[in-house]
Amino acid sequence: MSYEPVIGLEIHVQLATRTKMFCGCALTFGEPPNTRTCPVCLGLPGALPVANAAAIHFGLMIGEALGCRLAPRSIFHRKNYFYPDLPKGYQISQYDEPLCLGGQLGDVRIHRVHLEEDAAKLVHASSSGRIHESRASVVDFNRGGTPLAEMVSEPDLRSAEQAREWLTLRCAVTPTSRCAARAPPSWAPRPS
Amino acid sequence: MSAPTDLTAAQAVDALGRGELSAGELFAAYRERAAADDLNAFAWVADETPARGAVEGPLRGVPIAVKDLFCTEGVPSQAGSRILEGYRPPYTATAVERLLGAGATLLAKTNQDEFAMGSSNENCAFGPVLNPWSRECVPGGSSGGSAAAVAAGLAPWAIGTDTGGSNRQPAALCGIVGLKPTYGAVSRYGMIAFASSLDQAGPLTRDVTDAALLLRHMVGRDPCDSTSLAFPEEIATPTAERLDGIRLGVPEELSGEAEGIEPGVQEAFERTLRTAEELGATVETTRLRHAEHGLSAYYVLAPAEASSNLARYDGVRYGLRAGKANDLVSLYTRTRHEGFGPEVKRRIMLGTFALSSGYYDAYYARAQKVRTKIAQDFATAFERFDFIVTPTAPTVAFGLGTKVADPLAMYLNDYCTVPMSLAGLPAISIPNGLAVPPQGGQVGLPTGFQIAGPAFSENAILDAAHALEGAIGFDAGGGRA
Ligand SMILES: [Zn+2]
Repeated sequence: MSYEPVIGLEIHVQLATRTKMFCGCALTFGEPPNTRTCPVCLGLPGALPVANAAAIHFGLMIGEALGCRLAPRSIFHRKNYFYPDLPKGYQISQYDEPLCLGGQLGDVRIHRVHLEEDAAKLVHASSSGRIHESRASVVDFNRGGTPLAEMVSEPDLRSAEQAREWLTLRCAVTPTSRCAARAPPSWAPRPS
Repeated sequence: MSAPTDLTAAQAVDALGRGELSAGELFAAYRERAAADDLNAFAWVADETPARGAVEGPLRGVPIAVKDLFCTEGVPSQAGSRILEGYRPPYTATAVERLLGAGATLLAKTNQDEFAMGSSNENCAFGPVLNPWSRECVPGGSSGGSAAAVAAGLAPWAIGTDTGGSNRQPAALCGIVGLKPTYGAVSRYGMIAFASSLDQAGPLTRDVTDAALLLRHMVGRDPCDSTSLAFPEEIATPTAERLDGIRLGVPEELSGEAEGIEPGVQEAFERTLRTAEELGATVETTRLRHAEHGLSAYYVLAPAEASSNLARYDGVRYGLRAGKANDLVSLYTRTRHEGFGPEVKRRIMLGTFALSSGYYDAYYARAQKVRTKIAQDFATAFERFDFIVTPTAPTVAFGLGTKVADPLAMYLNDYCTVPMSLAGLPAISIPNGLAVPPQGGQVGLPTGFQIAGPAFSENAILDAAHALEGAIGFDAGGGRA
């Protein structure tokens, strides 16, 4: 008896906006830790999020490129859990009313595309880099609040090979799609 | 001329403008009174010199007391909680920033129920605040420190926040004016959150004119708060002395002894209705059919929002961090165990339960529907009435410790104020008399009269309140003794 692998992918696409998803902090790389932060992305008491219009625009462009239904009304939800890289104790994400629904890329159907904020970066002080063996962990909030579009495919892939091929195809196809000229230039796929 | 601390804030602004008084002199007079505070109204009092704020601007340096939960840069801001021990924010709340920008000076931070959860100010990490009318009694809550400070003349005026009645109820119990603006009128940025869909900052003042003046410099769109809106008109100085043609609706559900209103409070309420009629208003009873479910809906929604808002207090970045934690989970649990008081823990548990998988529809979603029904009731009522009026609180100030062991009895204090909060509507409480509690007592304690109107009807509410205030002629002397 043999088994057939059934694979769906959840892909975090980092959006190339100038600033973070819910605050005005610059999105840059390689800066000293915790220098691109503010009360909002540090989750300080009293701070409130304001959605980045450019990120929403990019999310809609991705949805259009994938032939999704763009939601006339879309809402953000809080995903509550405790972790040191999550300063508010919740991640702002989308749940039952995502930005884009349905769609197709190649022969793989797209289930949905929604927007969310990235967590901060944890560095564990142990030889293995794992939290459980470390004596201390440090947090860098520069990355916290980076806008992400989470693309969720239907389970239409049948092998690891095919999945990799599709991902590569995605990178090749998306920039040539109809809104490519206006699409953010530096989509970096981060399969999760 | 009388002592500078006898002036209302608006009178002080005028005196400063005419050069009869200097801002430094006024600040020093209040600082001295605030430093000698024996009501435990303050969590922090400024040093000799104004810590912040220009004396330029329309408020000309008049000092202000600010509820602890407003973030004030470099100044302790703990929301009455141990869990924010030693926390000094790196930024200032928009509402406070606007007032300082208009020329107010920061006099003090006022004590409050922890994270604004309470109706008596007994849930405060720094001890209870006393009511200046009777030191055996509570000042109400959660803005109890602000209300007590204004009533006792320890500050010319103050700001607080109102989630389910937290400005109006302590104003009523302390014999001053308390206003909850329309949801969205004042930015919530920098207010340490309790229940985000309800929290609204507003003034606590000696009279209606001061409430209007303070509100004028608080309202407005803030790009940092997506729920804030540009107020459609300037907040005017109220001048009305008559109520001709004004239609007042008295909801059966929120008045009368059958609804738990103390006889003395009900009597004062009816007396004020007669005064309103003498000023030209018509008074009719009406129904707000779902208002009686307001409190139940509120005690699902507010704790649900709080349970999420308070998740950030984990000991990792600021405030209290429990010692002896040997792993991440024990750091969280010990910090939260030591840092939060019993009422906050109760509401976090209630809220977490209401939001948990499988219960969401039965509790949270259902409470949201009740909320919509209540808002519709008000909308229908405002087709026939200019204002809905009720007693502000069902009782006068009650004894310290008398309701601590009975959370439900405590929650009932917000019975008349919660429906307006759920509907996002503006409402004011003005002092309308004194009453002796049913269990007896030596002195009469203040009662409050609540006037609620449609969204953004603040100017009309303030005008009606001004007319009534003049006719009632409340003597606030008992709080200044
Ligand atoms: Zn930021």
